[in-house]
Amino acid sequence: MSTLLSSVATIAIGCYVAAIAITTWRLMRGPAAQDRVLALDFISVQGLLVVLVLGIRHASPMYFEAALLLALFGFLASMAMAKFVLRGEVIE
Amino acid sequence: MSAIAPWVEAVVSVLLVASGALSVIAAVGIVRMPTFFRRLHPPALANTLGAWCVALASIVYFTALDGHLSLRAWLVNILLAITAPITTVLLARAGLFRKRQAGDEVPAPMVQGDVVSPRETTL
Repeated sequence: MSTLLSSVATIAIGCYVAAIAITTWRLMRGPAAQDRVLALDFISVQGLLVVLVLGIRHASPMYFEAALLLALFGFLASMAMAKFVLRGEVIE
Repeated sequence: MSAIAPWVEAVVSVLLVASGALSVIAAVGIVRMPTFFRRLHPPALANTLGAWCVALASIVYFTALDGHLSLRAWLVNILLAITAPITTVLLARAGLFRKRQAGDEVPAPMVQGDVVSPRETTL
């Protein structure tokens, strides 16, 4: 791992963390429930990107599985929450 | 540790920085957009171009590292391309439903004639 790549990976992860921090404002404030669900969905995608960049940073293919699982469970979580906001229950 | 060509490192660096910048722009958009339906748009930046840049960087890097084509990171993008629109449409429907219930001004229902109760809208 060269210094260029490791510093760029650190910068990218810093950007994602900054994005998560900015979105947390919407998560806290969001006037309606759907705004909060939107912010949580965005945060889960950012977490997935952090894991992918960590995979590049440590040159390990093991991170892909974690990223795939994050994508899947993030989708399930936001879908369940959106369904709850829409219908008042998750499974009818 | 095998050495990686400098141009590969440059490509990976540019893609990673672009993805980070897109994510921050999307986050600022989520915070600054005035209405919920406008707020639905910015995450698409991170879901599409941001994730594509990271996956491309990962593919280029691991292809250079392993010496053979490694397309695994693209799976994440395929999954995101399938799931992100579903979440967005569900959230838009939820927002529309909630706003209609609250009596806010929203677009008219698609079905003309009888007033459609929100409970009866199909998912």
